[in-house]
Amino acid sequence: MRADFPVQFDQNGKLRHFLTIQGLSEDTLTGILDIAHSFIDFGKREIKKIPLMRGKTMVNLFFEPSTRTRTTFEIAAKRLSADVVNMNATRMSTTKGETILDTVKTIEAMHTDMFVVRDRASGAAQLIASHLPDHVRVINAGDGRHEHPTQAMLDVFTIRQHKQDFSKLRIAIVGDILHSRVARSQIHALNILGVREIRVIGPRTLIPTDIETMGVGYVNNMRDGLEDIDVIIMLRIQRERMDGQLIPSEQEYFARYGLTERTLDFAKPDAMVMHPGPINRGLEISSSVADGNRSVILDQVTNGIAVRMSIMAHLMGGQEKSKWT
Amino acid sequence: MDNTASNAIDNLAQQVVSSSIDDPLLIGIHTGGVWVADILHRKIGFNEELGTLDISFYRDDFSKVGLNPQVKASSLPVGIEDRNIILIDDVLYTGRTIRAALNEIFSYGRPASVKLGVLIKRTGRELPIQPDFTGMELDLDNHQQAKLYRDNGKLGFSIDETSSI
Repeated sequence: MRADFPVQFDQNGKLRHFLTIQGLSEDTLTGILDIAHSFIDFGKREIKKIPLMRGKTMVNLFFEPSTRTRTTFEIAAKRLSADVVNMNATRMSTTKGETILDTVKTIEAMHTDMFVVRDRASGAAQLIASHLPDHVRVINAGDGRHEHPTQAMLDVFTIRQHKQDFSKLRIAIVGDILHSRVARSQIHALNILGVREIRVIGPRTLIPTDIETMGVGYVNNMRDGLEDIDVIIMLRIQRERMDGQLIPSEQEYFARYGLTERTLDFAKPDAMVMHPGPINRGLEISSSVADGNRSVILDQVTNGIAVRMSIMAHLMGGQEKSKWT
Repeated sequence: MDNTASNAIDNLAQQVVSSSIDDPLLIGIHTGGVWVADILHRKIGFNEELGTLDISFYRDDFSKVGLNPQVKASSLPVGIEDRNIILIDDVLYTGRTIRAALNEIFSYGRPASVKLGVLIKRTGRELPIQPDFTGMELDLDNHQQAKLYRDNGKLGFSIDETSSI
């Protein structure tokens, strides 16, 4: 598996970039979750800063709009004492015909240390990572339909906070799997962590045709799909990525696949409800469920900071033998 | 308890008591410092539970050695604002652990004072940091390492030869 994404590792097999969940080991994922856990209480300290990235510069390079991901990356980097530069795609020189690689190399020439990249093209972060000098780190904050690995990590972190043992869990991912890089990363992460079962639920038009090869079962209705489920992950209907009539109408979609008090009853009584945001209220989830006591949607946002701190710290740390005991 | 380690603990406890610090807050540094502080805490008696610090995130060699995967939680029982802190570690060597611990303490607030107690004060300081309370002193070369161990709740220490780095 590692050979598929060699650029993610250095010659010693240490994680250098964070581009995809695919090919990572269970130990790597667990290590990131454990360190993230020890970052959780930092948000409650008087001084919310630790010096792990002091003197380093992180660049938020978003070629697609984002609020929560960009903001939590920025806060995470600042809590690690990094300097943060936010580059907004619409104001950038890519609109003057410069390629994405020229843009990145230009910024790197200013001696920056880490890029957090979001782009509409699958593989963009990987392309950038393979063209930068060895000391520069790249984190994928979403590339096209491919992956959104840090979102998947904060999702599994949130699941672990509420349900201890992954091997007992049945998890349903509901909605637009076809256009969802979040779902793809989640499925990889949940499989690596050894969950008991993953089901995807949604209209067949929004499910990749090869979904079963990812170790996932497909169910086309909520009643059967949510039976015995411990964790429900709702996905956003991505209107901006729809290039055809993939859903009949918003009302009909909500009636068949929306999560409401009624459909939530199909799952286990203690099932938790997740959503990567932003929410389309009344399209994929009702307000009463999104704001209800089974929803951990805001916990996901809070956890995003600690998990992203952990991922950055993993990439930035060296690996020499310590002189200290 | 190893006789030497046991004498050193008694020494340390004696000095902490005679310092008559007003309402001190005892904090141990993971892992060995917590073991020592735990014994002191039971011997002397304090108003609050023992505080613990894991200074992994404050180390100055992070960019070289990376994260310690076994980071433990830092836990302070109460706010430290305006408190008199007694910070405890097992071995004082380069002084870098203490520098990191002071930085971490100040991320929680501003204490009134901080005193340092160590079980073993050894040679090899790289920073201007000295203890206020000392269990015992050891004159060691740079290739020697004083290491505290705990066996069935009893503390002892060994002196090992380390390969030069």
